Amino acid sequence: MSEFGNFCLLLALVLSVYALIAAIVGAVSRQHRVVRSAERAAIAACVSITLATASMLYLLITGDFSVSHVATSTNRDLPIFYKIAALWGAHDGSLLLWVFVTSIFSGAVIYQNRYRYRDMMPWVVAVLMVNLAFFLSLNFFLSNPFNQLVQINADGTMQKFLPADGRGLNPLLQYWAMVIHPPILYLGFIGFVVPFAFAAAALITRQLGDAWIRTTRRWTLLTWLFLGVGLILGAKWAYVVLGWGGYWGWDPVENSSLMPWLIATAFLHSVIIQERKGMLKVWNMILVTLSYLLGVFGTFITRSGVVSSVHTFADSPLGTYFILYMTLVAAASLFLILDRLPYLKTERPLDSVLSRESAFLFNNLILVVACFAVLWGTMFPVLSEWLRGAKITVGPPFFNAVNIPIGMFLLFLTGVGPLFAWRKTSLESLKKAFFWPVVLSAAACVALLAGGMRNFYSVICLTLCVFVTVTIMEEFYRATRIRAKSNGENFLVALVGLTLKNKRRYGGYVVHFGIVLIFIGLTGNAFNREVDQALAVGEEMEIGDYTLKMTDYKEGETPTYLYGMPVLEAYKNGKLLRTMKPEKRFYKTAEQQSTTEVSLYSTPKEDLYTVYIGRSADNRRFEIKAHVNPLVWWIWFGSAVMVFGTFITLLPDRKGAFTTPQLSLGRNAALEESLKAR
Amino acid sequence: MSSPKLKFVLGGAVIVAALIWLGFVGFQESKAYYITVEEFSAMQGDLQGKTVKVAGDVVAGSIDRSMSPMEFVISNHGKSMRVRYVGKDIIPDTFRDGSMAVVEGNISPDGVFQARHIEAKCASKYEAEYEKRDI
Repeated sequence: MSEFGNFCLLLALVLSVYALIAAIVGAVSRQHRVVRSAERAAIAACVSITLATASMLYLLITGDFSVSHVATSTNRDLPIFYKIAALWGAHDGSLLLWVFVTSIFSGAVIYQNRYRYRDMMPWVVAVLMVNLAFFLSLNFFLSNPFNQLVQINADGTMQKFLPADGRGLNPLLQYWAMVIHPPILYLGFIGFVVPFAFAAAALITRQLGDAWIRTTRRWTLLTWLFLGVGLILGAKWAYVVLGWGGYWGWDPVENSSLMPWLIATAFLHSVIIQERKGMLKVWNMILVTLSYLLGVFGTFITRSGVVSSVHTFADSPLGTYFILYMTLVAAASLFLILDRLPYLKTERPLDSVLSRESAFLFNNLILVVACFAVLWGTMFPVLSEWLRGAKITVGPPFFNAVNIPIGMFLLFLTGVGPLFAWRKTSLESLKKAFFWPVVLSAAACVALLAGGMRNFYSVICLTLCVFVTVTIMEEFYRATRIRAKSNGENFLVALVGLTLKNKRRYGGYVVHFGIVLIFIGLTGNAFNREVDQALAVGEEMEIGDYTLKMTDYKEGETPTYLYGMPVLEAYKNGKLLRTMKPEKRFYKTAEQQSTTEVSLYSTPKEDLYTVYIGRSADNRRFEIKAHVNPLVWWIWFGSAVMVFGTFITLLPDRKGAFTTPQLSLGRNAALEESLKAR
Repeated sequence: MSSPKLKFVLGGAVIVAALIWLGFVGFQESKAYYITVEEFSAMQGDLQGKTVKVAGDVVAGSIDRSMSPMEFVISNHGKSMRVRYVGKDIIPDTFRDGSMAVVEGNISPDGVFQARHIEAKCASKYEAEYEKRDI
């Protein structure tokens, strides 16, 4: 089976290279038949990769430990669910998953557009195939998951080696969010290849209207959604599994998934300006290229360990190829953009700073600066080693110092953006639009200060959250009232009707509201408390309003691990809330990994988070670490709202999912104008 | 340059400048040299009072949890360094005998490294054993 998988991988590589060449030849010589052949070869490559992935899954499930990837990431006792997840449990396999997801995306795009954009499509195919062929060749030549283990005998001969059991999947990865986190994040990293391919094709064919943006709108949104969900799942995993009480540590791996998200968020906003106003054409080209490159870069960071280890820069051969590839893509894109500059002229100047265009521009500027700051902090160790020969790292204080004010400013823009009119906002309409948001958020600010809150950023953040929420409510309320009146519908029907009529706008507001809720959750961080205490059975510890009483200590064994578990009764104001059982596990695999199982009591107000650290030397006391983390619940809830909002914007228009961008845009614009007129 | 555009550029420049200043302050506060135990022992004199991150392997059997705060030894290329963990965060599960650890903190007058933060990676020993056998 491993030979078959290996063959499929090689076949896919050959097919993708053929498709690349045929697509270019077909486009240049304008031979329709050659282009068709390229498209078919590309789809065949996808099928071939699917077969390779299937055979890897077969090897994992049947437990063929002669294959190195199977031996390094599974063992006999692993539940089947994790055996499947082990596909991305180690380096080689996760690259195979990457290639698989890329091929599915490429195949879907090619199939979806088989009758459309005939002059652009060959170039789209070519770009998709460059991307696929690059990752396939890494996967086949440098990091092949189908490699078999061999043993080198004393006389220098080699023979196959079959270990009795595999090493097992790292227990830290055995958690539901961690199982789905990598594939979802990969979908987000890879997805930008689609808008990027269309952008490149538009540049090459000089068709620089907004067809490429409209046709890839849903791809961009979906990819953005996957990235966001991937980020949140990673945070959830860190919070629940790692046991340090936090969810975000500005770790290079986290940063590398945040960067494309920031740029993609900028892109989602700036394309609206191009569609409506014909501005920012060059800028959008740059953003889409950056989104794609940062996705590749994210894979590079997570896979190569270039930042986290002490002196490894360019040690891994993979790293060199990644850098070479990214440089080539960047150079080619830059050349194309510069060469096509006359076609990318803006159609309209900026009319006023107090306009929605300007709010969008500031949003873009700030998001790009945030991305640059994160990039700078993440890559500083590598840069300083290059320039000065010493590796210097930068910690969370740097990231927080820059990104917290950026977050506040973005929140502010989220609020004022919708209140500004396109082109120019009159003072009159400003007064009217800002009245309630300003009054209510000022009231909230006074209430917070009166309530004794003194943390500068927290007060600002919560005030802004109120401000944005009021603006969003106001937007919904005004438009719904008008619609209810003119159509004679009741308020709720009108609200749903309105949202469905202009999904992009009102779905977008729902996403904004989700972001507000996430920000509320982040504010809680300033008020975290923790207590660390060694308890004997029968003793109590206090944290905030809570009392933890240790009633028992249990020890035991399961087929896969040994565990120790203090039993704690959590009381609040004398009332029993629940029994908490934080756990420490020692896995029986060869690595003897231990894990910390957090016990969590989560409410919208605050989380009570308990961790068992270990026992004292005399075995009579058990060290417990308890955290009270206010408002964390809102991060997860806000994320769900954000996903819901994105789904609204993704809902198909009536005439079918991918066919009516122009029509619906016309309708939306007309609706908006009529609303503005009133 | 037209007036709204100029205003935008000026506004943007003020914002970016403010962020650069904030970033610079945060950078000064949190920068740390990232070196190996071997390099650390060579340049110990220069590092007095500076925050550094030192990487090395946890010497098997050196983790002494009976001490409070806990102590252990990390080594690399024959040089070793005694570390006292004075941080508040829990020690990661991956930290154990033979694992590769990165400690962040500074050297104290008694010559023991005061670590405020520990990162650890699983021992690469097992992996290396397998890698050698790969084709």
